[in-house]
Amino acid sequence: MNYRRAFLRLLAGYALLVLTLIFLTLAPGSAFAQNGGELRFCLRSEPKTFDPLLVDDDSSLSIRYLTGGVLVRVNRHTQELEPELAESWKVSNDGKQIAFKLRRGISFSDGTQFSSDDVAFTMQRLMDPALHSSTGDAFRSGSGAVTTKIIAPDQISITFPAPLAGLDRLFDQVAIMSAHSPNPKKEAAVLGPFMVAEYKAGSSVLLRRNPNYWKKDSQGRRLPYLDSIRLDIQSNRDVEMLRFKRGELDLINVIDSDYFDRLAATSPQLAHDAGPSLDPEFMWFNQVASAPIPEYKRVWFRSTDFRRAISQAINRNDLSRVVFNGHAQPAVGPVSPANKFWFNSKLKAEPYRPDAALKRLQANGFHLRNGALFDNGGNPVEFSIVTNAGGKPRERMAVMVQEDLGKIGIKVNVVTLDSPSLIERISQKFNYEAAMLGFRNVDLDPNGQMNIWLSSAEDHAWNPQQKSPETAWEAEIDRLMRAQASTADPKKRKESFDRVQEIVAEQAPFIYLVNQNALSAVSNAVEGANPGILSPQTFWNAERLTLNASARASR
Amino acid sequence: MNAARKLACVVVLAVCAVSLAANWLAPAGYAKQFREAPSAHPSRQHLLGTDEVGRDRFARVLYGTRISLLLAPAAALVSTALAALIGGLAGYLGGIWLRLARGFTDLFLSLPWLFLLIAVRALLPLNTSPLASVLITFFILGLLGWAASARVLSTSADALRNSDFVLQARASGLHGPRLFFVHVLPNLKPVLYAQFWISIPVFILAEANLGILGLGVAEPLPSWGSLLRGLEGMISFREEWWRLAPLLLLIVVMTSFQTLLSNEEVTA
Repeated sequence: MNYRRAFLRLLAGYALLVLTLIFLTLAPGSAFAQNGGELRFCLRSEPKTFDPLLVDDDSSLSIRYLTGGVLVRVNRHTQELEPELAESWKVSNDGKQIAFKLRRGISFSDGTQFSSDDVAFTMQRLMDPALHSSTGDAFRSGSGAVTTKIIAPDQISITFPAPLAGLDRLFDQVAIMSAHSPNPKKEAAVLGPFMVAEYKAGSSVLLRRNPNYWKKDSQGRRLPYLDSIRLDIQSNRDVEMLRFKRGELDLINVIDSDYFDRLAATSPQLAHDAGPSLDPEFMWFNQVASAPIPEYKRVWFRSTDFRRAISQAINRNDLSRVVFNGHAQPAVGPVSPANKFWFNSKLKAEPYRPDAALKRLQANGFHLRNGALFDNGGNPVEFSIVTNAGGKPRERMAVMVQEDLGKIGIKVNVVTLDSPSLIERISQKFNYEAAMLGFRNVDLDPNGQMNIWLSSAEDHAWNPQQKSPETAWEAEIDRLMRAQASTADPKKRKESFDRVQEIVAEQAPFIYLVNQNALSAVSNAVEGANPGILSPQTFWNAERLTLNASARASR
Repeated sequence: MNAARKLACVVVLAVCAVSLAANWLAPAGYAKQFREAPSAHPSRQHLLGTDEVGRDRFARVLYGTRISLLLAPAAALVSTALAALIGGLAGYLGGIWLRLARGFTDLFLSLPWLFLLIAVRALLPLNTSPLASVLITFFILGLLGWAASARVLSTSADALRNSDFVLQARASGLHGPRLFFVHVLPNLKPVLYAQFWISIPVFILAEANLGILGLGVAEPLPSWGSLLRGLEGMISFREEWWRLAPLLLLIVVMTSFQTLLSNEEVTA
């Protein structure tokens, strides 16, 4: 009898357990349904460092984003600044000081407590000149030391020697390191949703969930939902696409328009076009005084009318439609319309007007003879455009520009060079006539472009490292860029940078061509993805991504 | 000449003839961009469709074939002449000259020629016209491609140096350049021919390799290299079979060249 009762009790208990498991598995939104699984995608190159303060390549940037905890975060969807490790913050009126109120009760992945000591330690290390941190360079506003003042375990103020525009947004890039971690590799202790668990050089990086991550969802469950993320190091885009189609990868963060259209044709639900990105494609003429180019060509390249005429003779709509299959927009200037706050909405993309271009050139002494254009000295108008070999969209753009300019009698030679030769020519020997390249804008704030617009800067591509501005308009850009950088008032900064955009449109030192759309691919297995235009496009909300049941079961 | 060689000869001649008639067969030319129809499928207007910027693929294949088939033999001629001069002369002189030449040849063969080509190509003036660029590319290929042939020729010349008829010629008082040009060089002819024919497909493929790296013939001029580069990223052959035309043509022409070489020439 006792045996029978015990057996029935056991049976009832077993049935209850099975029913509970079934309920947990099927119930939508339940913790069991959402937790777990391994997300997989590719890094296109080897990460150069795991030290969050030394990051300056895309792969390391992705790892920093997934593992690093920051005080404030730019929401990749709304472009607004949101609190993270800092509950609140205040920038002083003079733009030199920022005070943070930190969250309490947060631990690093190794269990050490997070406090203002860690923020002070991170800032001191970041600003150490011996570290050579490019993230730190953004904070160097003037000569003098950066000082930190610990007011309480959850309060700290940081003072800079000179005003820093957009100061609070810069902290989006600063992953806080542990001051008290016993691990000699300080970067191993993280505050982000994941931590580096394994690194196989040339093969993969495995990130596991940080068990001490502080964020919880609206129902009080601890984030992240995923158990791990596997990042395979794969530079070949064909292989990446094939693996994505086979279901071995869940995301492709940035995808070319050719692949995008093929994917959209077969699986439209997997292909995501988030609209114009921040990244412009452009060309420019060499205006360096000491460049080894004929003097008459230097005169053309330094002529605003010549540059404007070239700009008018390029059909940007065709470039967008033909080269990028419609997944690009004619570029307006240095700021993409996708940059909601900083874009100067008064400006429009230069329309295609070859007749107006020819008239402008003729007014400047150029003339057509047997279909070829000559300058007033009788020199045929011919120049070369250098670009990087292997970049198919850029090569196609160069070929289309070649044909467009051929229509107004200008002969263009397209030269593709391997990257080291190209960089040497455009930044050291200045032995080129025109170049076509693209920018990768990761920063919404114009401060990120100081190294391009200041006439003394190394990246002032058309005529770098000038001792003093060689033209009045470059002097004006210098003044406006410094003015916007030295005030914390967003309205005044916007006015200054709007004027910079207008001068760039008037003078055309860079001839902006197109803004590519942000194209990405997300597998059906991933839930919660909301691809955007800001990097990282597909996994900016990694802590809230989940895998569906079948994907979890198959891994 | 057996049937296979006859067929190969006909194929090569037919391909040459068709490519030479490109101006009539594809009057639109290789550079015109039909921007309203990029990446178009084959049609009456465009027999092999259009490429990514709307250029007629059929015209580009014809003009590309013309360039590759005309210039690869020219590059082969340059490299074979250099090989004959360096390898043949070293073999004929023997001794330290032969050892020096072999050492130099081995050193040259061990160079990463593709990187060397990239470096040399990058040093060219930027305003080189596409036609001049293609001529220079093949000329450089010819200048850099002599080493393997020179090795074969030096061995053959070395064997000839000790042959009975050369000894007899020496005994008769013949020596120096006259002995080399009258007795040695004519006897190297079969090896020279073989090396010339073998080099042609090698140079076509070398230019194709450069083209795949985006460093071959300058735009808008087509070559087999740049046309093969168009196959990059092609995922489904079944859906876009016409894009394989340059690859098929390359295979047919290369096979024909190999068939044209008799066994004796290859082993020579």
